[in-house]
Amino acid sequence: MSDDPLLTMRNLRVVYPGDDGDFRAVRNVSFSLGRERLGIVGESGSGKSTTGRAIMGLIPYPGRVEADVMRLGATDLTGLDEKGFRRLRGKRIAMVLQDPKFSLDPVMTVGKQIAETHRYHFRSTKQAARAAALEMLEAVHIRDPERVYDQYAHQVSGGMGQRIMIAMMLIAGPDILIADEPTSALDVSVQQQVLAIMDEMVKSRGMGLILISHNLHLVASFCDRVLVMYAGQIVEVCDAGRLHEARHPYTKGLLAALPELGHRRAELPQLRRDPDWLIDLPAAVGAAA
Amino acid sequence: MIELEGVSVTYGAGPTLVRAAREVSFRIPAGDALGLVGESGSGKSTVLRAVAGLIPHAEGRVVINGRELSNRRPRESRKIIQMVFQDPYGSLHPNHTVDQTLSAPIAIHRLGNAESRIMAALTEVGLGREHRYRYPHQLSGGQRQRVAIARALILEPKVLLLDEPTSALDVSVQAEILNLLTRLRRDHGLTMLMVSHDLAVIAHICDRIGVMHSGRILEMTTAAALAEGRVTDPYSQQLLRANQGFDASGVVIDVAA
Repeated sequence: MSDDPLLTMRNLRVVYPGDDGDFRAVRNVSFSLGRERLGIVGESGSGKSTTGRAIMGLIPYPGRVEADVMRLGATDLTGLDEKGFRRLRGKRIAMVLQDPKFSLDPVMTVGKQIAETHRYHFRSTKQAARAAALEMLEAVHIRDPERVYDQYAHQVSGGMGQRIMIAMMLIAGPDILIADEPTSALDVSVQQQVLAIMDEMVKSRGMGLILISHNLHLVASFCDRVLVMYAGQIVEVCDAGRLHEARHPYTKGLLAALPELGHRRAELPQLRRDPDWLIDLPAAVGAAA
Repeated sequence: MIELEGVSVTYGAGPTLVRAAREVSFRIPAGDALGLVGESGSGKSTVLRAVAGLIPHAEGRVVINGRELSNRRPRESRKIIQMVFQDPYGSLHPNHTVDQTLSAPIAIHRLGNAESRIMAALTEVGLGREHRYRYPHQLSGGQRQRVAIARALILEPKVLLLDEPTSALDVSVQAEILNLLTRLRRDHGLTMLMVSHDLAVIAHICDRIGVMHSGRILEMTTAAALAEGRVTDPYSQQLLRANQGFDASGVVIDVAA
C-alpha cells in the first residue's frame, strides 16, 4: 500500500453567483487525505458539507467549483464532467448522508438498491449482484440479510437504515468514504454502533474517511485529525486527541461554549465573532499539517 | 408546583394499544428544574405533553400549582404553564410576523396593554424593536428560538416546559439560549421541566434528572451524581458513556435484526 495521498485538494473554492456579487461558500481550502479518519467540524454555514459535496461533484449549477489542484489518487477532478463523476461515485468515492429515511429510495427494496450499485460499476449479472449485496449486508452486521434484502426503507429502523447505506456505499470498494453527519439523526447508543461499523469497514479495507460533523466531542473521539472550518475556510488543523489544545479563538470559543458534565458554570461563555476571522487565509493552512 | 402521580399515557386501543408512558411519578417544587433524558421513543416528550395538556393521560393525577388538572383544561391553567418546542421553524407560524405571534396569546387570554407586554417580552429575550415586524424566515435559528421563548413568557407563566430547546441550534447559539434560560429561571423563579437527549445540556439547566426508557422513569438522579458517574441502572450507565463521545473499546456491535 503506498503512502500517496488518496485525495489532494489545493485552494478549493466553491462560488455561488448572487445579485451582489459572488458568494464564496468555500475558499482557500487545502488538505490531503491519507488512509486515515479525517474530521471536518464547523457550525452550519461554515462550508463543511459544501466541501464534501464539491469532492463528489455534487455542486449544482449555478454554483462553481474551482481548485488549483483537486486530485483523487491519480485522477484529476478539476474540470471533470457529470459523466466522469458518475463513474467515480460509488466506485472511488462514496458518501453517507445524515438521514437514511431520505437517502434511501422509498419505492425500491433496499437489497435492490445495493445490488444496483454493483451492477452499474461491475456490469455484473443479477445473481452476482444479489450475492454481493447479501455479503455486504452481513458485513455491516445485519442478521438475516435475506429478509432485509426484500424490505423497503420505511420498514427498517434508523440505525439499520444507516447500516444499509454503508453497505450500499462500500459495495463497489471505494477508496474514500465521506460521511456527512452520519449519526445526527440517530439515538446515542445507535450512534456508537454505526460509528463502530464504519470504523471497522474503513480500517479493514484501508480506506480514507472524511467525517463531517458539528459535534466536537464526537469528532475528537473518533477521528485522527480534525479540520476546523469557519465561514468557508479552514482556520485550524489539529490532531483529534489534542483538540482541547486548539489555538484558534474560534475553536477555543466553540469548546468553551459547550456545557460540560461535572463542570457547571453559572454562565456559558458566548462566542464573540471577530471580523478578522473572515479575512482570507493563505491557502496553505490545511496542507501544512 | 408540578406533581405527577402514576401517570400513564396510551395511544390506540385493543391489540394495537401502545403505552407511551407508564406510571410516571415525580414532584418539582416551585423554582426547581427537572430534566428528563432518554432516547427517542422513551416517552420523555409524551410526559411533557401530558403535563402541558396537549395529550390526555389515561391514568394517574397531574397536579399543577395545587390543582388537579383533568384532560379538559380551563383557560387559566394554560396561562400558568407554557411550552417551548425543539424546532422554532416548525413551531412559529411562517406567515405571521413576530408581532402577530406574540399578540395571539394576549388576545386569547384577553389581557390588556398588548403594546407594553410585547416590548417587554422582546427585551427580555434579547431581541430589539427591529425584529418585531419580521417573519420567521427573516430571523436566524437562535433569534427564532428567542421568539418562541418570548411567546411562552408573554403570559407570565409559572411553569416552562422545554422540549429539546437547543438541539436544532449550533453550539455557540445553544450557549446563548442556555444562558437566557438560566437567567429567566433565576429572575422569574420559573419552574422548569426539560427534555433532552444531551446529558450535558440537561445537567447544565437541571438539578434533578430522570432517566427514561420505554415509558418508565428508570432512575431519578442529580446532575452532580451524573457527572461523577454515580448512576446505578445499566441503561443510565450506557447513556452516560455514549454521551462522552466515541469509544471503540466500549462498543459491542450488535447484530441488527
